Parts: sequence; structure tokens; C-alpha cells
Amino acid sequence: MVVFDKPHALTDVPLHYCPGCTHGIVHRLVAEVMDELGIEGRTIGVAPVGCSVMAYDYFNCDMVEAAHGRAPAVATGIKRSDPDNIVFTYQGDGDLASIGMAETVHSAARNENITIIFINNAIYGMTGGQMAPTSLPGQVTQTSPYGRDTAQCGFPIKVCEMLSQLDGPEYLERVAVNNVKNVKNAKKAIKKAFENQVNGKGFSLIEVISSCPTNWGMTPKRALEWIDEKMIPYYPLGVYKDRSAGK
Amino acid sequence: MADKVLMKGNEAIAEAAILAGCRHYFGYPITPQTEIAAYMAKRMPKIGGTFLQAESEIAAINMVYGVSATGKRVMTSSSSPGISLKGEGISYLAGADLPALVVNVQRGGPGLGGIQPSQSDYFQATKGGAHGDFHMLVLAPASVQEMAELTVKGFDLADKYRMTAMILADGTMGQMMEPVSLDFAAGEPVEKPWAVTGTKMARPHNIVNSLFLKPEALEKTNFERFERYERIKETEVMYEEYMMEDAEICVVAFGIASRVSKNAINEARAQGIKVGLIRPITLWPFPEKAIAKAAEKCKKFISVELSMGQMIEDVRLAVNGKAPVTLCNRTGGMIPAPEQVLAAITDAAK
Amino acid sequence: MSTVQYLFAGFGGQGILFSGKFLAYKGLMDGKNVSWLPSYGPEMRGGTASCSVIVSDTPVGSPIVSRPDVLIAMNLPSLDKYEDAVVPGGTIYVDSTLIERKVKRTDVKVVYIPATRLASDNKTPTLANMIIMGKVLSEEGQFADEAGVEAALKKVISAKRADMLEVNMNVMRLGHEYKA
Repeated sequence: MVVFDKPHALTDVPLHYCPGCTHGIVHRLVAEVMDELGIEGRTIGVAPVGCSVMAYDYFNCDMVEAAHGRAPAVATGIKRSDPDNIVFTYQGDGDLASIGMAETVHSAARNENITIIFINNAIYGMTGGQMAPTSLPGQVTQTSPYGRDTAQCGFPIKVCEMLSQLDGPEYLERVAVNNVKNVKNAKKAIKKAFENQVNGKGFSLIEVISSCPTNWGMTPKRALEWIDEKMIPYYPLGVYKDRSAGK
Repeated sequence: MADKVLMKGNEAIAEAAILAGCRHYFGYPITPQTEIAAYMAKRMPKIGGTFLQAESEIAAINMVYGVSATGKRVMTSSSSPGISLKGEGISYLAGADLPALVVNVQRGGPGLGGIQPSQSDYFQATKGGAHGDFHMLVLAPASVQEMAELTVKGFDLADKYRMTAMILADGTMGQMMEPVSLDFAAGEPVEKPWAVTGTKMARPHNIVNSLFLKPEALEKTNFERFERYERIKETEVMYEEYMMEDAEICVVAFGIASRVSKNAINEARAQGIKVGLIRPITLWPFPEKAIAKAAEKCKKFISVELSMGQMIEDVRLAVNGKAPVTLCNRTGGMIPAPEQVLAAITDAAK
Repeated sequence: MSTVQYLFAGFGGQGILFSGKFLAYKGLMDGKNVSWLPSYGPEMRGGTASCSVIVSDTPVGSPIVSRPDVLIAMNLPSLDKYEDAVVPGGTIYVDSTLIERKVKRTDVKVVYIPATRLASDNKTPTLANMIIMGKVLSEEGQFADEAGVEAALKKVISAKRADMLEVNMNVMRLGHEYKA
């Protein structure tokens, strides 16, 4: 008999996320990985500004809240201070790919031995649905009410593709959490990203294509379908860099 | 007494930080403080420490935030425009009650300004320096020896009160060499049970945080923080009095301005003018009681500054209308000459 | 009670800061209060570089030398800029290889020394600064204590460049022995 249990690395605090939001799934995956690797007692999580800023209440490991976009810099400090500890950041798309792009790129270039969980749901959730650096062309948001006009505000940023051009990073993979198969793959990728750090391999970033039914203006089910129809074609899933592959 | 060595002020800060147990430095190049980074780049790898040239001032202060969260001593340094960029991180450090040492070797502003010495970041340093209700401890060295001593003191105070201590120096202090004795040790290490060092599955998780969505909770943290500030105002004020015993005119100046002023005061005394100096060593907390006491007997006050007049507001508050307070200043990277200060003193003596 | 304010001025690269630092160390080792303040910024490469050194029996107030007792001018722009600033009765040292004009002031002592030519003749073309330094020490009677000079020199020459110690001592002797 399989008993479905809450991972130890999650606290009992009820999540504040909207119904249908996939943050809960990703939190659980991260927590399961901490349990499986037995690293909760030496893990420090960094949650910067965004919907997941209160992740410090949800993970049982030590947690640090960071300024918008600065999580990789804060994580760098924590890791450099205690290299034997495991440090992860949990960042959204506005945080990682807009205001924090410099910190993202440079921590990757340094091959900083940290793990980044990057939630890409193509929108700013916490502030109520504004255009994100990853919002799709034509996507309607509060600040692109006529649809994202690429002539006026440019194109979405494909983070994994971009970072894969750097010599620094160890491991870059894009996954999704909109169906069981994808969730299983996401778990594998997240686990590998943490294992890389445990083994001293360096910078690992997992981009998780996620949904935001509230700000997308969809039902949770429709939002998961929209990931398949619109998001994944623009942001193809897969491994973008894996330095130790085949070794 | 240990042998004195000639050192640049910037280098003295770096070596003193290492003596104080700081093993983590993050920074970004900017004149006139870059010697601190260069010194750390050379020394830290040899003593098992971290030197990292960050991608920006913003990243550097956030790396400081990360190390501080783990409970270790950490610092960054910059000059005026770079300190503006660090403002965000400094506010977060305050909100999360994290200790850190930040060095500002000031240059002229606003904007890109210039690279010559200035004291025009006084407001920024003493009134908080970024958004929100908070203060930094602000220490103003006036010699290379003090650059070193106040660095050690800054780390101790930062740990004691869980806040940022800022060394507010200027280009002259950073670049000049003077004999310095580095014969001191850091204070006792402070217990930091709040640090994120990993729970070891043996304690509830620690959270380093500056977010309080409930206004009642945020107000409470601010009240508590300001109670701490009141204790600091009672116990940590530092200043030097020079020839104040019989002074009728009081010059108030810090850092390089105080040294220029001493030359002028010596000259004025030779002319029979009863003038003295109050030199704030802590700019926050400001030595308001010492100045208020001087206002009981001094007829005139002169604030000597390398700015358009910033500290003068605090001098006036402390003097509280009991005597006129005038400004003697240069700005934009210029330094008042002793003759200019002497002229202000002889004017006041008329 | 005495305070001597020195201003070293010349092109960037002439060793202005180095000879200033040496003199400051000499003062420190003689038990004096000293300060050393360089000009800094883009003018450090080419252009004029300057360096304020104060050696005093009393604590040094402002480290900025605006009215030098002693001016060491190693190029014409420096002499043009600072000649009038020297206090009456002060001394101006002039590198007469690079500065063809004479000092106009009549109320100061002037020492002309073709330091750059002497350095070049000695096959130490980068050490004109230390030749003048030798002359300054000589004029001030500081060269009498040669061991003291060497001890101060040791403080400013890194152990890795120990070979430069003797070279510097020798060029300072050249300055010391130079007679116009």
C-alpha cells in the first residue's frame, strides 16, 4: 500500500496560492527532493519578491527572503559563506529574467554552485497580472491590454537558450508541470539539479513552465491546456546544457 | 607598541577588516576606493576568505546580505554613486536586522559628479540612505589610524545592534598615507542564533526576512528597532573636543574638514581668538548633547563641510536657536583651505 | 617645534609618489608625525601628478599642502603652477634638464639639478626622482645619517626587488654629491 504523505521538508502552513496555481506542485517536488537526498538540515532556500516570496513559511529548511531579482546574489553570499550547505533560489520570471537578469547571467557565468528553480508562467502574478519578460507575443495582460506588441516592447526572453551560450553553467533544463508525465520529468530534473550541487558540479537551473489561471483569466484546466497549446511551442522542453552528460 | 607602518586609508580599512575577522568581501570598482577591493583580492585567497568582484554594486550588497544571513562578518565598499545603488540592499539589511559593514569613500556629486573628495553624502548616510524607517551607524574617520580603528569598531557595533555600520570617509582619507598601528583585536564574537546555517534537523527553521504584510506586525518591528536606536543614542555617541574649554566660537567639522579646521583654529588661537572644535566621530548617532552643551556658552557656531551644507541642519537642531550657525564650505570635490576657515572664524569673532 | 610641508610635482611616471613615500617613511623613522597625500584620478597617467608630504614634530592637521615649504618641481607645468605657492624663505628644487627657465621668485632658495640627465648618464633613466631626493636630503643635512636613509629606503622597496635598494642608494648619493 502506498501512503501519500506530506514531505518533511514542507511545513504545515497552508499555502496562499490561488486555486489551480502550479506553485504548490513545484514546492512539493523541491521538498520531496530535499527529503530523498536527506539535505533538509543543511539546505538554505532563498525566495525573492514574487508570488513565492512567502515560501519561507512553507519550506522547513532555513529560509531567506531576498530583494526583487537579487536571489542569485544572496545565494552566492550564502554559498560562499558555507560551501557545504545546499543553497537554492526559487524565482519567478519577472524576478529572474527582468529585474534580476544581471544576477542570473553572472551567477551562471561564474558556475556558482547553487540550484535555481525558475517558475516561468509568462506573467507577474503578485502584482496582479502585468506583462512579464516571458509573456508571449500577443498575450493580453494588464500592461499589454491589446496583446504584447513585439514592435513596441520586444520579444520574450528564452532563458535556457540564452544561458546555454555561456561556458559557465553546468546544467540547464526546461520542464513543465501541466500533466503527470511532465511533473515526473520535472521531479527528475529538479533532483538532478540538487544532486549536481551536492556533488560540487555547479550552477543548475530548472525552468518550470507553469500556469497562472487567475491572471491568465482561465479555469485551472484551461490554463494547463494553454501550456500545451501556446507555452511549450514557444518554450520547447528539454535539456539545454548538461556538461556532465555522457561522462 | 607595535611598529607603525605607512598605509593608505583604504588599505588600512581592508587590513583592519581582516583583523576584525571579516573573511568575505564583495565589491565593484569605483574611484576613489578601489584600493580596498585590490587589497582584499590579494589577501583574502591567502587566508581562506572570499573576495568576489560582483557584477554590480547591487549584486555586491546582496551577496553581503547572503553572508550576513549566515552569521558571518562581511563587508562591501564603494564611493558615492555606487552607494546609491547599494541603497536597496542597505534597506533590506535594516529590515531583516542583519549586521554588515559598508564603506563609502565619498566623491563629489550628484550624478556621476567627480572623483575628488566630498562629504555630500551626509544626508544619505545619516538619514537612512534608502526607503523605510531605519538608520545606519555612521562612523567618520579623520585619520588613517581611525580608518582602521573605526572599521573594527564598526563590525563590533554592527553585530551588537544587528544593523549596518557605515564608514563615511572621503577621497582624501582613502588616498592619504599616515602611520598606522594595527595592534588591536576584534571584540568578543557575538552569538547569532538567528543565522541561517542549516537546521541540522535539530531546531525549527530560521527565517531571515524583511516582509511583514500585516501593518501591525511591521509597525511593531519598527518600534522595536527604534527603541534599539534610542539605546544607541544613549551609549554609542563618539566625538572629539579640541580647545573647547574656554571657546566662544565653536567649529563643527568631521573627517578631512576637521583637520583643515584644526589648522585654522591653531592660527586663530595664535591671534587670541577663543575658538574650539567639536568633531563628531559618530555622525549617527550625532553628538547633539555635546553641541547643545557648547551652545550654553559659545556665541557662534561654524559648520565646516565639503558639501552645500548638510550636517549644518543637525548642528542647528542641537544648538536649538541659542546661537547663530553659519556655513563654511566648498563642494564638488574642492576642500576648504585653512585660510578660508580662518576667515570664517575671524568673521565670527568680530 | 617644526613642520615641513613638501610638494612633489611632475609628470605621471616620474616617481613622484614613490619619492614622497620614501620621505614620509624617513620622517616616520625619525620619530616625526607624517602624512602623504597623492593627487589621484586620470591625471595620474601623463599630465601632472603631485604629492603632498608633511613631516612635523606635532600632529599633522590638514594633509593638503597648498603653501609648500619645499617644492620639488620635475617639469615645467609643475613649476609654473606651484612657484607662487611656495612660502617666502622656502626652497624650490628644479630638475634643470627638463625645466629650461629659471625660478622668478627672489625670496626663496633655489636648487637647480640636472636630475634627468644625471640619471640618464648613470644608466638609471627612471630614477631622476631619487637623484633629486638625494639632493633634498643633502641640503637638509639628512644625508649625514646614511644608515637612516637606507633603512627608510628598505621600507619602500619590496623585498622582491632587493637589488633596487643599492641602485637607489647609489643614485641618491649622486644627488647628494652633485655640485652645481
